[in-house]
Amino acid sequence: MKSLEELAAIREKMASRLALRENAGEIRIVVGMATCGISAGARPVLNTFVEEVANQGLTGKAVVTQTGCIGICQFEPVVEVFEPGKEKVTYVKMNPEKARKVVEQHIKNGNPVAEYTIGSNQ
Amino acid sequence: MIRAHVLVCAGTGCTSSGSAAVREAMTKELEKHGLQDEVKLVHTGCFGLCALGPIMIVYPEGTFYSRVKPEDVPEIVEEHLLKGRPVQRLIYNDPGEKAKAEEVVTSLNETAFYKTQKRLALRNCGVIDPENIEEYIAMRGYEALGKVLTEMKPQDVIDVISKSGLRGRGGGGFPTGRKWQFAADQPAGKKYVVCNADEGDPGAFMDRSILEGDPHAVLEAMAIAGYAIGADEGYIYVRAEYPIAVKRLSIAIEQAHEAELLGNNIFGTGFNFDIQLRLGAGAFVCGEETALLTSIEGNRGEPRPRPPFPAVKGLFGKPTIINNVETYANICQIILNGADWFNQIGTEGSKGTKVFALGGKVKHTGLVEVPMGTTLREIIYDIGGGIPNGKKFKAAQTGGPSGGCIPAQNLDTPVDYDSLKAIGSMMGSGGMIVMDEDNCMVDIAKFFLEFTVDESCGKCVPCRLGTRRMLDILTRITEGKGEDGDIEKLEALAEDLQNSALCALGQTAPNPVLSTLRYFRDEYEAHIYEKRCPAGVCKALLQYYIDPEKCKGCSLCSKKCPAGAISGEIKSPFKIDTSKCIKCGVCMSTCKFGAVGRK
Repeated sequence: MKSLEELAAIREKMASRLALRENAGEIRIVVGMATCGISAGARPVLNTFVEEVANQGLTGKAVVTQTGCIGICQFEPVVEVFEPGKEKVTYVKMNPEKARKVVEQHIKNGNPVAEYTIGSNQ
Repeated sequence: MIRAHVLVCAGTGCTSSGSAAVREAMTKELEKHGLQDEVKLVHTGCFGLCALGPIMIVYPEGTFYSRVKPEDVPEIVEEHLLKGRPVQRLIYNDPGEKAKAEEVVTSLNETAFYKTQKRLALRNCGVIDPENIEEYIAMRGYEALGKVLTEMKPQDVIDVISKSGLRGRGGGGFPTGRKWQFAADQPAGKKYVVCNADEGDPGAFMDRSILEGDPHAVLEAMAIAGYAIGADEGYIYVRAEYPIAVKRLSIAIEQAHEAELLGNNIFGTGFNFDIQLRLGAGAFVCGEETALLTSIEGNRGEPRPRPPFPAVKGLFGKPTIINNVETYANICQIILNGADWFNQIGTEGSKGTKVFALGGKVKHTGLVEVPMGTTLREIIYDIGGGIPNGKKFKAAQTGGPSGGCIPAQNLDTPVDYDSLKAIGSMMGSGGMIVMDEDNCMVDIAKFFLEFTVDESCGKCVPCRLGTRRMLDILTRITEGKGEDGDIEKLEALAEDLQNSALCALGQTAPNPVLSTLRYFRDEYEAHIYEKRCPAGVCKALLQYYIDPEKCKGCSLCSKKCPAGAISGEIKSPFKIDTSKCIKCGVCMSTCKFGAVGRK
């Protein structure tokens, strides 16, 4: 280590990986991963969320986790976004492409993608 | 892309309860489900709740699983990691509080065991992978060293440590800043920094857990100390009985070398520092600083008279500072957060936190770190969960063979250096053994004296012979051969030892006897004058008897008795022949009518 900058670079690089262990992030992205969700394709959705959140440098802001069956199996894969002080947003019939858009528009810029929500699909 | 971290404890506690097999099973299961690129398995240091090991934490949820067996792993992978449904039956439930299904504690920090703790020295234990220097750096590792080397003069460093009020965590409680100042004030030339990792108190494992869980914190602090006093070489003296700690330290030193955080020209500032390991053979006396230095020099581990103190004439005759592992573990935090941050924690005379190894008759045995001044009651009841099996608290032993017992009436004493000293015990390195009504205090005193007799190096007469004579008297008392005047003899011997032994091992050896005499003199007297052991521990003083009122004459006890000491006729009360009885207690546990008693 020849300089403090070098040390700082390693710290930055690692911080995003360890953020996972701090329950950090104000926003929680919860992917339904019960049998119904998985068979409808929830795993690629989950992995896309994890990747996109990291790629967009949002690891400190949002955390991606999973949950069991929410009870609306016909709408799987279901993804819910929780933000403190706001109503939760429920996205339905998700796929990796939609996931990328949700990260871009909703998580990053704060505008929920109305067309993917459960309200627009009933 | 990693979406979840599975942390499994790889400290000594969980390793002995089988965490290696759990980790292996996890690796296999993850591969089986093709999850190895999504879920990262991390081996960490000690979480502290050793009684519930092997411990596993799954992030991002922070789900806290306890007593995980290899056969539980497929369920955790299939249910939790694949489907996102935490396995409820394995989630840790606060004992002591009524378990309600909907109130299961999932996160570590919400449990009663962790809620009131303040983890400074243990901050990275159970959080990072101790074998990965980058994870340490992510937690602001080596930032303190960088700050010291680029922004501070050596004297500034010493001033910060002095101002923080940090005192030695090895037991003595000497102000760390003052120690550093002494060494820094010596004329420039070869100086040494030594880390005392020869943790020898029975039941103590604070230092081991820090070395296993966060080895870089100790390396970094030693380099800072080297800069402060003008030393370029350090030694860590660690017990060979700590194989995991030794391995992690070796890996850490190697990684620090590769990253050029040890070696020459660190951070391009021209500062050089290197650290070597020395393995001790496990002699208790080598935890005494002068004996430790003698041992590093390659000689038999025997203490030498002080003064000269090591800060003036230490390792190889050069000025040396020697600090304990836990002391070092606080240094980087103080540098990063400032002296004022640190000295706001704790009490007037004792700043910061202290780690205790909680053991004995307490529900949550394990490792706890609390602010100085926390009461014994909070540690034992709130964090430790109280005494198991509805028994009554009798005393807590702190400071190991050099410390003393704290009785129930002092449960509300704040735990800090000065308060403990005032009630006849000492902080010690942090072993805390809880005893209940079934423990005989004379027997406890005897246990610790047996230990010091074994561990006395024999160099000075008071310790070599004095401890032996005291043990002889105690043995006699527990065998029912105590005489009038024994207590006075013990007290006289104790005083002589305190005044004349060469090193702290001998000077403090009588403490367990003196403190039990102070608070439990009646137990000694019962042994000597009434030939009775109130706790029912000292075998020679016990007598088993059969209550003829309760005995139904079933003959079960006489069939089980290995000594053939019980006889009688069926359907009439049986009798124990005390001359044949070997006091094994089988009759008592066999009897279905509670007719066998002990006095």
